[in-house]
Amino acid sequence: MSSESLILFFIVAVVLVGGALIFSSLVPAKSFNPAKSEPYECGIPTQGKTWLQFNVGYYLFAILFLVFDVETVFLFPWAVIMKTVGMAAFIEIMIFFLILGLGLLYAWKKHALIWE
Amino acid sequence: MTFNIYDFTSFNQWIDKTLYDNLPSFWALIIEMTLIGVAFLLFYAVIGLFLVYAERKVCAFIQNRVGPNRVGPYGIFQTIADFIKLLMKEIIPINNADKFLFNLAPFIVIIASFMAIAAIPFGKGLHAIDFNIGIFYVMAVSSLGVVGILLAGWSSNNKYSLIGAMRSGAQIVSYELSVGLSMVTMVILAGSMQLSEIVEAQRNGWFIFTGHIPAFIAFVIFLIASTAETNRGPFDLAEAESELTAGFHTEYSGIKFAFFFLAEYMNMFIVASIAATIFWGGWMPLHIGGWVGFNHAMDFIPPFFWYMGKTLIVIFLMMWFKWTFPRLRIDQLLKLEWKYLLPINLFNIILMALVVLMGWHF
Repeated sequence: MSSESLILFFIVAVVLVGGALIFSSLVPAKSFNPAKSEPYECGIPTQGKTWLQFNVGYYLFAILFLVFDVETVFLFPWAVIMKTVGMAAFIEIMIFFLILGLGLLYAWKKHALIWE
Repeated sequence: MTFNIYDFTSFNQWIDKTLYDNLPSFWALIIEMTLIGVAFLLFYAVIGLFLVYAERKVCAFIQNRVGPNRVGPYGIFQTIADFIKLLMKEIIPINNADKFLFNLAPFIVIIASFMAIAAIPFGKGLHAIDFNIGIFYVMAVSSLGVVGILLAGWSSNNKYSLIGAMRSGAQIVSYELSVGLSMVTMVILAGSMQLSEIVEAQRNGWFIFTGHIPAFIAFVIFLIASTAETNRGPFDLAEAESELTAGFHTEYSGIKFAFFFLAEYMNMFIVASIAATIFWGGWMPLHIGGWVGFNHAMDFIPPFFWYMGKTLIVIFLMMWFKWTFPRLRIDQLLKLEWKYLLPINLFNIILMALVVLMGWHF
């Protein structure tokens, strides 16, 4: 099987979810009640807006993730050829890790890794 | 045609050849696609149902209960009954919810988990697609699930859902790093990202044994990080029942809820099967050097059973975690990842590179 057949897996997944959603929007019995569609909040009416401002901490971690995830992407091709290239690859990745480690250390000292 | 349970390559070629010889190539392709699609769909459903049942039984035994025991012998049809019940439930619309995103979210989580099993090698010649970037592909696709979770929480118009989704986002993206880096560690040892080649490289010994200390450290990190990445306890902050009712899927009802549930269990299956593949030799039987009779006896067990056995053991470990450890707080969770797992992982990669460079591995 070639990688084009990934489309197949995509289609099967869409059909699986779509089919079940269509089935259960047509077949099961329905009843209407004004209280039923209220968002759940401990059984009392919802207070205020739901989509409000959020803790900036989540955003900080998302940025940190971006930095390190891109770095993981760089590491994968290196990891594949590490065995064949040998010493040169090792030295180069040490330099890469040094720069990266400094970045992590900076984030650490700036208290970016602590949840506040 | 030779059907060989130890090697499916010739069987696959036979199906391929028969179809293309007897039918126009367009229809042969369609039929082949349908066969593979149906096979994987069945596998997906059976594994999903089985894992839900297994979780309930394991949980019950750990808590000294009996667990489901009414529907069928030992309650084995309980999850099927539950599935039918959920399918027949009304889908409740939510006031002021973002309708489009609300409906899109289950699609994304299921697509992410279903596409990831395409690359997993279940046995020799028993995989849908044998990528040369297999492990990278699995990591990339399975991490798409977080988008579905974020959308689900955001679109529900519910505060619990929103908090759950945000926590889940921070958690999954953080632990994604550790999963990826421990995979890198094993890729250094294997020298390939193709999953079938990684398995083949373990013919003379599984990586957890041949990779020395760094392989073991990588396995422990992978286990912790993948438990967190699949949103399972003790890292289930996203759906912490006692504080957020059900987290990001609070407002989902009926079959939509079932899809989130199914995707969670399938993600668990995917990470467990990746762990089995890169650390425990995939479908390779256990061999001990010098024990000829023992090795022959082990070879007799078909690869598929080896594969499933290893995967289920890893899944059992993850279930054990869930019912043993108390839930972490979000600051502890992020501290564990960024201050412990990530630096350890970076050092571990250097250690593994050194081991490979010096030829210290077996």
